[in-house]
Amino acid sequence: MATLNVNQREYTANARPDTPLLWVLRDSLGLTGTKYGCGMALCGACTVHLDGEAVRSCITPLSAAQGKAVITIEGLAPNADHPVQRAWAQEEVAQCGYCQPGQIMSAAALLARTPTPSDADIDAAMAGNLCRCGTYQRIRRAIHTAAKLAGGAR
Amino acid sequence: MKTTRLSRRVFLKGAVVAGAGLTIGFDLAGSRRTLAQTEPFVPNAWIRITPDDIVTVIVGKSDMGQGVLTSMPMLIAEELEADWSKVRTEQAPAAPQVYGNPAIGGMQLTGGSTSVRSSWLTLRHAGAAAKEMLVEAAARQWGVDPAACTAENGAVLHPPTGRRLTYGQLTDTAARVPVPSNPKLKDPKDFKLIGKRVKRLENPPKVDGSAVYGIDITMAGMLIATVVRCPVFGGKAKSFDASGAKAVAGVRHVVPISSGIAVVADAYWPAKLGRDALVIEWDEGPNAGLSSARITAMLEAAAKQPGRVARQEGDAANALATAARRVEAVYEVPFLAHATMEPMSCTASVRADGADVWTGTQWQDGTQKVTASITGLPLEAIKVHTTLLGGGFGRRFEQDFVTETVEIAKAVNAPVKLVWSREDDMRHDFYRPATYNALAAGIDAQGRPLAWSHRIVGPSIAARAFPPLIRDGIDPTSVEGAANIPYAIPNIHVEAIMKDTGVPVGFWRSVGSSQNAFITECFLDEVAAAAGRDPHELRRALLTKSPRHLAVLELAAAQAGWERPLPPGRARGIAVAESFGSVVADVAEVSVSPEGEVRVHRVVCAVDCGLVVNPDTVEAQMEGATVYGLTAALRGAITIAGGHVEQSNFHDYPLLRINEMPTVEVHILPSAEAPGGVGEPGTPPIAPAVVNAIFAATGTRIRSLPISTHELRRV
Repeated sequence: MATLNVNQREYTANARPDTPLLWVLRDSLGLTGTKYGCGMALCGACTVHLDGEAVRSCITPLSAAQGKAVITIEGLAPNADHPVQRAWAQEEVAQCGYCQPGQIMSAAALLARTPTPSDADIDAAMAGNLCRCGTYQRIRRAIHTAAKLAGGAR
Repeated sequence: MKTTRLSRRVFLKGAVVAGAGLTIGFDLAGSRRTLAQTEPFVPNAWIRITPDDIVTVIVGKSDMGQGVLTSMPMLIAEELEADWSKVRTEQAPAAPQVYGNPAIGGMQLTGGSTSVRSSWLTLRHAGAAAKEMLVEAAARQWGVDPAACTAENGAVLHPPTGRRLTYGQLTDTAARVPVPSNPKLKDPKDFKLIGKRVKRLENPPKVDGSAVYGIDITMAGMLIATVVRCPVFGGKAKSFDASGAKAVAGVRHVVPISSGIAVVADAYWPAKLGRDALVIEWDEGPNAGLSSARITAMLEAAAKQPGRVARQEGDAANALATAARRVEAVYEVPFLAHATMEPMSCTASVRADGADVWTGTQWQDGTQKVTASITGLPLEAIKVHTTLLGGGFGRRFEQDFVTETVEIAKAVNAPVKLVWSREDDMRHDFYRPATYNALAAGIDAQGRPLAWSHRIVGPSIAARAFPPLIRDGIDPTSVEGAANIPYAIPNIHVEAIMKDTGVPVGFWRSVGSSQNAFITECFLDEVAAAAGRDPHELRRALLTKSPRHLAVLELAAAQAGWERPLPPGRARGIAVAESFGSVVADVAEVSVSPEGEVRVHRVVCAVDCGLVVNPDTVEAQMEGATVYGLTAALRGAITIAGGHVEQSNFHDYPLLRINEMPTVEVHILPSAEAPGGVGEPGTPPIAPAVVNAIFAATGTRIRSLPISTHELRRV
């Protein structure tokens, strides 16, 4: 049994220490908002925050997440009202939506360190997140919107 | 709606009515029954109104991101005069007799960009009939003439007396009103919802992680499975040693199924470790020596023979022989994978008395049928629960992952969720067909195209998926976008040859048009260059009898500023393509670096898709379809070696990323015509627009995709 702090709650998980965090979240804890896309950190669908940093949970072993604060899409903000989530809804970003939890987690990490990102900042931070539906143009727009929403809240 | 209400009699009645393309007649409310005070009003198979004023629209289509869970309710809510804030959306069960797609042989299938097109009148009639019943119900309660009542915003009003009853207050009475046979539809000029930027009903759960895709299904006692399939197409397991797999903690079963060996465990990770520990000896079968080079040679050899004629006008052979100038070229396209972001996944529970299947399918009755055939259960005992689809693009029409899941669930006697790895998904797809194309054109002394000849060789999708589609030896999916070129050329000859290669092929977003637009629109550019004419001017001259094509061409050219000079290093290309009842023109602005790197900066897209239901969705689909086609054009290729797919994940099948995303400007042509397709038509024109721009930038003519396989240098 391994203990894990996810979304400010303590969990115990019955999984081998080398199990990728992604599968612990999905199969052991039932937090299915974090998605599997490639298993090789190539697509970003599994992005979560580990002590505030965006990481790919598909290549992060459970052992590396223990003792750290894991935040998933389900715990990003109370009532899902993080500026990035509000902006995503406002700009109607999602098509199929499967990659969007990962996109949102990457965007939230970007805004936490760069509150008003340029297009170049966005490209650099978001290039690891694939979207097969091709919503990139709206993702860019939504990140700018989120920056404004967050600024307005300050 | 409770599926138990859908009696067989009602199904048949529904089938007759829907098949005749008539109005409405699904008397599912059971109007002869005595209804309790809280009974919902269910005037037909698509609408349920409850006393709390909530209008739930039951959607018989699958949503893979194209927004049918909103567009279908919009069609109903418009005629129903519903309060949009009270409208909810719900996925229908498998019931092709009711929800079958008249555009696709009555199957409950989401594909071919048909959802709005095939539901446009049916659902509006359903909404209009329900509204008339509610008005009649209110009139009865008030004892007034229904003609004196109006419906708006989820309520019936009696203006002379100022009385008002909400739909929720009328459910009991409305359920006793007969279903009108010929409800009156609104004049499109009175539309309040259709044509508006309506927020997607299904999207809020996509930003908080609560949206449920096939891969997210979970239930008590559920096991998780992975399957190892023979890497070589058509190969089978000869023998296997499960001891290593069974030694992994958490692995419960190792079972052979029709497609390979399944490892079933408590969770995905032990299933994956168990699968890695399996030792399998394969019989690779006849495709063991198959390679991309061999396939190319196979198609090229087949092209030496004449094909079956798909279109003949005038005498192309004679016109070519006597033309002042002749242009000839060979165009080739590779196999492509769908690569949906959610790999294939399905959950099944098989019991003695019935089975449930949860999956993101594009074909509900297909799922129902394969489940019935594997389990031996009657169709009525199979419940299909359609989840959101993490991308579809034609891949989720297939039933291979359903078949595997049901076989495993039956074998282990427990609910099973099958999860494909990305590698499984990449290597066991039904690929966009690779094709070989021989083209020739004749130009007269004044630079006018006189003759066009196109021979297409490639594997047939229909031969496996829908053999009845094949007519006179031609698979219509392989000639769409080629046989119907819109240009006024007096002599046209298009023919096709079906040649199986051993690689399974399937429907890939925009199907034949996805490659044929590239082939025909790039070859037309070659004709323009040979005739010394501007590519836009030549198209315009040849489209005088194709007003829809001409209109989008002109709109795209004007918005892109076709005549305006570009900064040094940039060039434009143009293309137009019709598919699925809509016409799209693209102008792509491209640069090629001194090192030969291609960058697409801007795409101006003009679309005529008839009357628009939700412009925001149309724009989103055009943006997305452009990215889908651009990824394929720039670098999409599935190659074969030793009978198996060489690519495995996103490092060797790379998709376009945000840092490569061009600006996509979508311009919708205003139209009052019936709606055309929206999900697919944005894909075909982008590859030729980009390739034609590369020619303008470099003088290099790219005749095979992807672009990345060509060495380019800026002129």
